[in-house]
Amino acid sequence: MDLATLLPFIVNVIVGGLVLGFVYAIIALGYTMVYGVLQLINFAHSEVFVTGAVVGFEVFRVLAPSPMNGYLKLLIALVAAMAVSGLLNVLIERLAYRPLRNAPKLVPLITAIGVSLILQDLLRIIEGFQGRFDLTYTLPAGFSGKFCAAQSSCAAAGDFLRTVGIDLQLKDVILIVVALLSLGVLNYLVNRTRLGKAIRAVAQDRVTAGLMGIDSNRMISATFLIGGALGGISGVLFGMKFGTVNAYSGFDPGIIAFTAAVLGGIGSIPGAVLGGLVLGVIQNLIGVTNVFGSLLNIANLESINASYQRIGAFIVLVLILIFKPTGLLGKSNVEKV
Amino acid sequence: MKKSALSLSILAALALGTASAQTTVKIATLSPLSGGQSDLGTQIRNGAQLAVNEYKAQFQKLGMNLQLVAYDDQADPATGTAQARKIAADRQILAVVGTLNSGVAIPSSQALASSHVAMVSPANTANQVTDRGLSNMNRIVARDDAQGPAGANFITGNLKAKKVYILNDKTAYGEGLAKEVEKALRAKNIQVVANEGTEEKSDFSGIVSKIKLQRPDAIYFGGIYNQVGVFIKQLRDAGIDTPVVGGDGLDSSELATIAGTGANNIYFTTVAAPIDALPAAKVFAANFKKTFNDEAQGFGAFGYDAAKVVLQGILNAARANGNKVPTREQVEAAIRKGTFTGLLSGRVSFNSVGDRTAATLYVMNVQGGKYRLATRIPVKPARQ
Amino acid sequence: MTAANPSAPRRARPAPERTILLVLIFLVTSALLLLSHNSDLLGTLGGLGRLLQNPIVEAVIVSLFLANVLFAYLWRAAPWAKALVGLGSLLLVLPMAGQEDTSLLDLSIQIMIFAALALGLNIVVGLAGLLDLGYVAFFAVGAYTWGIFGSPRFGEILRYYGENPGATNAATLAFGLFLTAVTAASMVYIRRRVVRPTRLSTWSFGLASFGLVAGLLLTGRALLVLNASRAQGLANGIDGNFFWLFLALSILAAAIVGVLIGLPVLRLKGDYLAIITLGLGEVIRVLANNLDLFTAGSQGITPIKSAPVPWFDRLAGTLGFQPDQYYLLFLYLLVLAMIALILTVNIRLDRSRIGRAWIAIRDDEVAAQAMGVPLVQTKLIAFATGASFAGVMGMIFAAKQTFISPESFNLFQSIGVLSMVILGGMGSFPGVILGAAVVTLLNLRILPGLGEATANLGLPQQVNPGQLQRLIFGVILVTMMLLRPEGLLPNRRRTLELHQDENQEDESAQGEGRALTTGGEVYSPGFAPQKQEDRAGGAK
Repeated sequence: MDLATLLPFIVNVIVGGLVLGFVYAIIALGYTMVYGVLQLINFAHSEVFVTGAVVGFEVFRVLAPSPMNGYLKLLIALVAAMAVSGLLNVLIERLAYRPLRNAPKLVPLITAIGVSLILQDLLRIIEGFQGRFDLTYTLPAGFSGKFCAAQSSCAAAGDFLRTVGIDLQLKDVILIVVALLSLGVLNYLVNRTRLGKAIRAVAQDRVTAGLMGIDSNRMISATFLIGGALGGISGVLFGMKFGTVNAYSGFDPGIIAFTAAVLGGIGSIPGAVLGGLVLGVIQNLIGVTNVFGSLLNIANLESINASYQRIGAFIVLVLILIFKPTGLLGKSNVEKV
Repeated sequence: MKKSALSLSILAALALGTASAQTTVKIATLSPLSGGQSDLGTQIRNGAQLAVNEYKAQFQKLGMNLQLVAYDDQADPATGTAQARKIAADRQILAVVGTLNSGVAIPSSQALASSHVAMVSPANTANQVTDRGLSNMNRIVARDDAQGPAGANFITGNLKAKKVYILNDKTAYGEGLAKEVEKALRAKNIQVVANEGTEEKSDFSGIVSKIKLQRPDAIYFGGIYNQVGVFIKQLRDAGIDTPVVGGDGLDSSELATIAGTGANNIYFTTVAAPIDALPAAKVFAANFKKTFNDEAQGFGAFGYDAAKVVLQGILNAARANGNKVPTREQVEAAIRKGTFTGLLSGRVSFNSVGDRTAATLYVMNVQGGKYRLATRIPVKPARQ
Repeated sequence: MTAANPSAPRRARPAPERTILLVLIFLVTSALLLLSHNSDLLGTLGGLGRLLQNPIVEAVIVSLFLANVLFAYLWRAAPWAKALVGLGSLLLVLPMAGQEDTSLLDLSIQIMIFAALALGLNIVVGLAGLLDLGYVAFFAVGAYTWGIFGSPRFGEILRYYGENPGATNAATLAFGLFLTAVTAASMVYIRRRVVRPTRLSTWSFGLASFGLVAGLLLTGRALLVLNASRAQGLANGIDGNFFWLFLALSILAAAIVGVLIGLPVLRLKGDYLAIITLGLGEVIRVLANNLDLFTAGSQGITPIKSAPVPWFDRLAGTLGFQPDQYYLLFLYLLVLAMIALILTVNIRLDRSRIGRAWIAIRDDEVAAQAMGVPLVQTKLIAFATGASFAGVMGMIFAAKQTFISPESFNLFQSIGVLSMVILGGMGSFPGVILGAAVVTLLNLRILPGLGEATANLGLPQQVNPGQLQRLIFGVILVTMMLLRPEGLLPNRRRTLELHQDENQEDESAQGEGRALTTGGEVYSPGFAPQKQEDRAGGAK
C-alpha cells in the first residue's frame, strides 16, 4: 500500500475520531459540571442524554412531513431536547440528590444509579406504547449527504477537503459547529457572567459561598439545568450522527464520556473537551491498529482491532493518570493539613 | 387484626385468580424481558403467546387450561439458571421456549435436564448448545456450522466474491457464526481480510475507513439487526455499496428502517419463510400487530414456531397418554421424536441431539428497503 | 427524649426478650416453606395450596424464612434459641426444602456468593474507603482460574502449544525464571531501600514490573509448551480432586491480580480511582472475551467440574436427594463454610491493627500517614483481601454454573455488588450480608414472582411488572437511600459519624449529647431538609 492511499485513510480515521470526540466532549461536560459542584458522579447523566436523543427523535419524526427548513427543524429539536433534559436533570437533583447533600458520597452515587435504571425503563415504556424500541432518526434531506456536494455553492471547498482525503457529511459539520457553539456559550456563561461566577464560587466552597450571600441550592439547580441542557444537545447530536438510539444506548457512551471527563481532569471544562477529543481519536486509532500491523509486518499488532477499541481508552486513561494523577488539565490539589 | 384479615383476603383473591376447575398446563418462555435486549426477548415471548392463544381451544377440549408463563433471564447466565431451576420446580410447566442467548441456554438447559423439562430454542445457533447431547435441548434454528457455510456458499457462489471482510458483535451468537463463515471461506481459498469483533453499537467510522481501504467484494457481519443496521447506514453513507451478508440475527423489518436509504445489497440467511411466500406468515404478522401493537420481527416468528413445536409435542404426548396431562418425560420424548407442521419455517423434526434434521435456509435480499427471497439453501446438521 | 432525662441513655431500656417469638416464627416459616415447596401436599390442600403456589406468596415465604437468620442475629433471645434457629434454618430446613425445589439451593448459593463478594468489596470500599467499580474482575479471575483447568479447555491449550511451540524450549523456561527472579528481587530491593521515591526509582520500579510480567509470561509459555504432550490425558480437564488445591490457587490468583491492578492506581484519589477500577474491570472482561485460546472467548467454557466427593454423594443419596442435586448441595455447604470463614477473617481483620489502619486511611489519609500508616501497603492489602474473597467465590460460581462466559462479569455486576454493600450498610458485616440477600432475593425471586403473578391479569406488556425489574429495583434503591442512607443494618461507628454534625450542633454543644455508644435515633437527611436550607441559603 502506498502513501497516497494510506494518508487519506489516516486523515479520515483521525477526523472520524474527532467528530466522535465532540459528541463525547459535550456529554463529558454534563458530567464534569455536576462533578465540579457536587463531587458526584452523576450516573443518571447518560439517561438524561438519551432522553435528549429521544426528544430529538420525536421532534424530527413529527416534523418529518412538514416542508420546513432542515436547520429550523434541528433548532427546534435542540431547543426541545435542551429544555426537557435540563428540566429532567433539575428534577433528578431536587428529588434524588438534594435530600442527601450531607450523606456520605457513595449514597448519592447509588441513588444516581437507581435513577439511571428508572429512566431507562421509563423511556422504554413510553416508546414501547407506540410499538417502538430502536428509534431511527428521520433527518431532513441533505443532512446525510456529502458536505459541500458537487452542485452547491461551496463545491470548491468540498472538493478541496476531499482531495486532502477528508470525507465529511453535512451532519458531521453541523455537529462540529453546534458543539463548538455550545462550548462557546458555556464558556461565556461560566467565565463571564454573574451566574457563572456564583456557580464557580459554590463549586469551590459551598459554605463560604453561602456566607457571601449565594444561594447554593439555586446555583446547584442552575448547574444541573446547564448540564442537562448540554446532555440534551449531545443526545440530539448523537442521534443525528449515528441514526439510531434506544432507551439503553446511553450507558456505553456515558461511561466513555465520563472517562473523558476524568482524563481531562474532572471538574475542568476545557479538560472535558480535550479528554473527549483525545479519547475519540485514540479509540479510532486503536480500532485500525491492525492495518498498520499488517503493513509493518508486526504480528502482535495485527490482532489489535476494533474489539480492543473500548479498553484502549481505559488503558490510555490508566497510563495518563499514572503520570498525571489529576488528569490532563486538572489542577493538582495539594492537601494541606 | 383488620389489616391481616384484609391481606388474607387479598392473598385469597390472588389464589383464586389462578384457580379453575380444569387442570392447568403451562409452558414457559425464558428470554430477556428487561435491559438492552428486551425487544428481542419480548418478541420471543409475544410470538409464543400467539401460539398459546391459538392452541388454547385444543387444550380446552382435553380439559386442560393452557397458560404461558414468561420468565426474564435478563440476558444473564446466572439469572437464567436461577429461573430455569424455578421452572423446574413448577411441576405444571411441561416445556420451555428459550432462550435468546446461547450463554444463557447452555447452563439453563443443563439445570432443566435432570427434571426432563424440554427446551425448544427459537434463537440459539451456537454449536455447543446441542453438541452436549442433552435429551431436553432442541432448536428450530440452524446451527452455526450449518448457517455459516450456507452464508459462505452464498458469498462465493452467488456474489462471486474473492475477498471478504468479516465482522462480528463479540457475542456467542455473532462470533460463533462469523467463525464458521471464516472457516468455510478459507476452505474455499477465498481471501478473508479480517474477522473483526466489535461491541460498539454506534460509531463504526474506523471500521468503515478500513473497509474503504481494503475494498473487499463482500462483507459478512455476524450480529443482530440493530447493530448491523447502524453499520450498514454508515457504510453506505461513506459511499461503499459492497454487499453485506448476515445470519438470522438480521431477520427483522427494523433492519431496513435503521439502515434507511442505505438498505441495499443486504442478504441474510434465515429459517423463517418470507411473509409473502407463506400465507400463514401474513396472518401471523397481522395477528401480532393486532395483539401487541408492535411489528413482528424474526425472533417473534421463531418464538411462535418454537412454541408451536412445544404445544404440538405436548398434545402428541397427551394423546398417547390417553388424553390426560402427560409427564415431562413424555413431553420431552414427544418433542424429540415428533414431526411438527404448520410452522412459519416449514416442517420440523429433530435428530438425536435436538438439531433440525433438515431445514431450508432462505436467503433474503434487502433492496431499496424491500425484502425479497434471493434463494433457498437446504441444510442438514452434521449428525442425523 | 434525651432532653427530658439526659442522664438516662436509651440503652438502659433493654430490648425485649424474644426467645419464644423467635422460635415460633422459625417453626411457622419453616412449616410454610416446606409446605409451599411440596407440590404433592399442596395438591391435596385445595385453595390454600393454590395460594401457597402463587409466585408472590412463595417469594414472600422464602424471604420470611431467610429473615429467620436475621432475627436470630438481631433479637435478644436465649443462645440456644439463636443457635437452633440459625443452624436449623441453614443446615436442616433449607436443604430439606431444597430437596423438593432445587431452585432454593441455587438461590441460597447465589445469595451467599454475593454475600461474600459484598463482604470483600466492603473491605475495599467500606473499611479502606477506596471506591472500586471494577470489583467483578476478581470474581472473573477466580472463575476462569478454575474454569480453564477444570474443563476440557486446558487440554486444548496444551494441544495448541504442542502444535505451535515457536522458539520456546527449556532455555526459555530458564530465562523466564531468571527474569522473574531478577525483576522481583529488584522490585523488593527498590521498595526496601528507597525511602523517598525519586523519578529514577519510580521509573526503574516500573521497568522492573514490566520485566516481571514478561518473565512470568515466558515462564508460563515455556511450561505450557514443555507439558504439551500431556494434552491427551487432559481431554476432560484435570482431576476433580485438584478442586481443593485450586480453592487456594484462585484466592492467590485474584489477590495477585488485585495487587497488580492496585500497584499503579492506588496513588489516585476518590473518583479517579473509581473510574480507573471501572476501566480495569472492563479490561479484564474484554480480555476474557478476546483471548480465545485461554477463555474460549464469547463462546464460554463448559463443562466445568465440581469436586468429586463420593462419601458426600452417598450421604446425600441416603438422605433422599436426587443425583443431580448432589453437587449443588455440596456447593451449598461449601459456600456456607466459606462464608463463615470469610466472616471470621473479616471480624478479626476489623479488630486488628490493619483494620484500624484501613479506617484511619478512610477517614483521613494525611493524618493516617502522619501517624505512620504505610499508605500504599495498607491499601494494597485491602485490595488483595477483597480480591481474594471474590476469587474463591468466582471459582465456586464456575463450579455451580458448569459454564462461564464473559457476559457474567460485566459492569452491571460490579455496580450490583456495590449497591448491596451500600444498601446493607457500609462497613457493617451483617449489613452487607443482608444487603446481598435482599438484592439477590429481589432480583431472582420477588420481582420475577411479581411478574409471574401478574402475567395473566391482562396488563399491557409495556407495564407488566415482569418486564420492569430495573425500574422497580431503581425505585427501591432510590427510596432506600433517601429514607435510610446509612443502610439497612448500619455500622454503629458509621451512624455516629453521619450524625456527628448535629450531635455537636444540637446536643453536644449544649452538654446534652448522647453517650457515643448509644444507637440512638437514626438520622435521616431525607426527613430533615430544613437544616440543609439553613446552611446553604443566604440569599433569601
